[in-house]
Amino acid sequence: MSERPILLSVEGITKAYPGVVANSDVSFAIREGEVHALLGENGAGKSTMVKMIYGLVKPDTGRMTWKGGDYAPAAPRVARATGVAMVFQHFSLFEALNVAENVALGMENPPPMKQLAARIKAVSEEYGLPLDPSRMVGDLSAGERQRVEIIRCLLQDPRLLIMDEPTSVLTPQEVEVLFRTLRQLSAEGTAILYISHKLEEIRSLCDAATILRRGKVVGTADPKASTARELAEMMVGATLTPPERPAPKDWGGPHAALEVKRLAVASPIAFGTSLKDVTFTVRKGEVLGIAGVAGNGQDELLLALSGEIRSGDGMVKATGVSVGAMGPAERRKIGFVMAPEDRLGHGAAPDMSLVENAFLTGGVRKGLTRNGFINWPAAREFAEAIIKTYDVRTPGSHVAARALSGGNLQKFVVGRELMQNPDVIVINQPTWGVDAAAAAAIRQAILDRAAEGAAVVVISQDLEELLEIADTFAVLNEGRLTAPRPVKGLTIDQIGLMMGGAHGMEVAHLAEA
Amino acid sequence: MLRLEKRPNPSKLWLYGTPVMAVILTMIVGGMLFATMGKDPFEVIRTIFWDPLFGEFAFYLRGQLLVKAGPLILIAIGLALGFRAGIWNIGAEGQYIMGAICGAAVGLAVYPTESRWIYPAMVIAGAFGGWAWAMIPAILKTRFHTNEILVSLMLVYVAQTILAKASTGFLKNPEGMGFPGSRNFSSYPAAANPELIAGSGIHWGVVTALAVAGVAWVLLSRHIIGFQIRLSGQAPRAARFHGVNPSKLVVLCMGLSGALAGLAGLFEVTGPAGQITIDFNVGYGFTAIIVAFLGRLNPIGIVFAGVLMALTYVGGEMASTNLGLPSATIQVFQGMLLFFLLGVDVLTNYRIRTFMGGK
Repeated sequence: MSERPILLSVEGITKAYPGVVANSDVSFAIREGEVHALLGENGAGKSTMVKMIYGLVKPDTGRMTWKGGDYAPAAPRVARATGVAMVFQHFSLFEALNVAENVALGMENPPPMKQLAARIKAVSEEYGLPLDPSRMVGDLSAGERQRVEIIRCLLQDPRLLIMDEPTSVLTPQEVEVLFRTLRQLSAEGTAILYISHKLEEIRSLCDAATILRRGKVVGTADPKASTARELAEMMVGATLTPPERPAPKDWGGPHAALEVKRLAVASPIAFGTSLKDVTFTVRKGEVLGIAGVAGNGQDELLLALSGEIRSGDGMVKATGVSVGAMGPAERRKIGFVMAPEDRLGHGAAPDMSLVENAFLTGGVRKGLTRNGFINWPAAREFAEAIIKTYDVRTPGSHVAARALSGGNLQKFVVGRELMQNPDVIVINQPTWGVDAAAAAAIRQAILDRAAEGAAVVVISQDLEELLEIADTFAVLNEGRLTAPRPVKGLTIDQIGLMMGGAHGMEVAHLAEA
Repeated sequence: MLRLEKRPNPSKLWLYGTPVMAVILTMIVGGMLFATMGKDPFEVIRTIFWDPLFGEFAFYLRGQLLVKAGPLILIAIGLALGFRAGIWNIGAEGQYIMGAICGAAVGLAVYPTESRWIYPAMVIAGAFGGWAWAMIPAILKTRFHTNEILVSLMLVYVAQTILAKASTGFLKNPEGMGFPGSRNFSSYPAAANPELIAGSGIHWGVVTALAVAGVAWVLLSRHIIGFQIRLSGQAPRAARFHGVNPSKLVVLCMGLSGALAGLAGLFEVTGPAGQITIDFNVGYGFTAIIVAFLGRLNPIGIVFAGVLMALTYVGGEMASTNLGLPSATIQVFQGMLLFFLLGVDVLTNYRIRTFMGGK
């Protein structure tokens, strides 16, 4: 493999956005015809990296070379002219146009439609990607739409093809077809930069892997010679040792505080993941951590638990009451509260004051209405109590939510729920985009409430966070939840396998346990 | 170079300053328009904005102001509730017509019975007519996700066709010697909506409009339904998280605005208009959209905006008869008002920054 010349080399690339360093001193090299994996958790900086290669984002420092010469694409057009093509995770296709028309739209000088259709047909047959150029894109499956994007790239005869999480929308059969095509391309000398967090896919497809964590290269590996465990360890960080936590106090009682049984709901979100057969229980005083890479059903799970999506009878029971048909307000009434991931626009109304936002969810349990009339002075008191208790930095409760920094608003949103003396709390991404001090305060507040007897579900992509605060641990993967396991005694490779989506092995491990 | 920069908090000053600014800009640009038409802009502006209030015929015209402002305020408040929630009922004109037809039909059906229950029954029928007409776009939206803007607007033209049929057919005055139009309510006291104080222009519609403005203000600022309306308009996802059922809110807001437009139609047809005719509607349902925005979608602001808009109607009529301006100019004038209002509105949430040099 090493005899192949280097096609693209990335040297010391750094890219910072306000408040976050997406890439820090990243270097790696891709050889011609190589399938190179860029592996990392969400937010590790994979997407920013490939956007720089594709000319969508300009690096702050560092350089790239293409076949030994300087390479600094100012725009995707330049990158395409050089021989770089990219298939995005979310497609940019017009549903009302047919395949050939969509392909023509992406070309600088499209040939006559008949000629183009013939070329599409030829390329699709050559690479085993069956596709009829005259079909409407609106009628195609996700896998077929991806083929349109791939063929659009192949028509440019690229030397490097970037694939961003290509299998997230595919069925297993479609994945097989895709892999055959990619192997054929690689054999013909086209290099492929393959972005994913799915370990088994990378092990079966890729020749080399560069692993990113928090914007930095933490290692390279030969995926064919490495075990899933080794890759997972590099991806999530070997420093992860689950902290010792005292066993939760036994609160007794006849019911689990939160009982979710065979929960299945369709996703209301475009490109969303439907929940399939999610089952778990949380007892009083227990914290369940749900891990998983974004887009595997976390948002849907929160919506189904909050009541924004209704579910079937008996699928969700809180404090012994079946709440499937209840809306969010009725659920709050029985002591079941939630904090969504997106604090600005979902958890809080950006243009409304903190008083109004305190009322947003606090109205029911804090008794802030009488005959439908709102007691604004009491709402203000509640808002000011949240601000004081959770140390929300703001000039006052009259300020619009959008004027607060992310961390402060998150403290407000989480504090608002915790201050309602809830029995069951569901929080999605409690510390996402929050600075370390605020994150620690939020985690402590959650643990304190659990110690007082609340059942807590924390959905997060931050493994360290989950291992720090959770008693039991489960992973949401493509809308399915693994069976929750105690955090105590959980090894890093077990977590890696649960995370990486190696379903079969996970079952084996569970059988062992 | 100019650049817009988002304000951390919406500006209170501009929230109330923009309508004033819009009126001033409309006067300036409108004046330029009049000047190009060969009229003295100052005289025209004075005729429109000053004479109806303080001029020679003000004793009569002030009453006319309230006659015009009443229906505008009533409709605009209903629309504002929907607009606050992000529900765009553009078809108030049609709901206004259907309210008038339904209310009038009830009165005409019992002609010439005299009973004090007749008028209340007509009021209820008028509100029902507007409500039912608004339910069509509301239910189509909640069931089939159609666009309420298009459906409600198109139903205006359906309502106009029904109005034509009513005045030439099923509600035609049998003693009208073949002329289109219903019986005149002014000669049927049990079903009439007369001036309550002679010469003041105040009739039941004006009283209702002011009462509704008060109720709507309390609803929006103190009641949970008002909170849910505001929340749904500003942050739809947060509203669902709060527990708002979007479909119920659509039905509620469309129904309210339809019922209020229907009421306005009923008061108009039994009062100032007097009878159902082919063209008894004069576009209040559309002008009320401008009134709603000019009043910042705030019930109290809408009362002022309604009076201001009535001024452009009354003053515009004066200008066209006394100064020979084409009547279309006044519509241009009203259109300008909305245009400038929406344009200047950006200053509430953004500030203009000037800066030098490169990008």
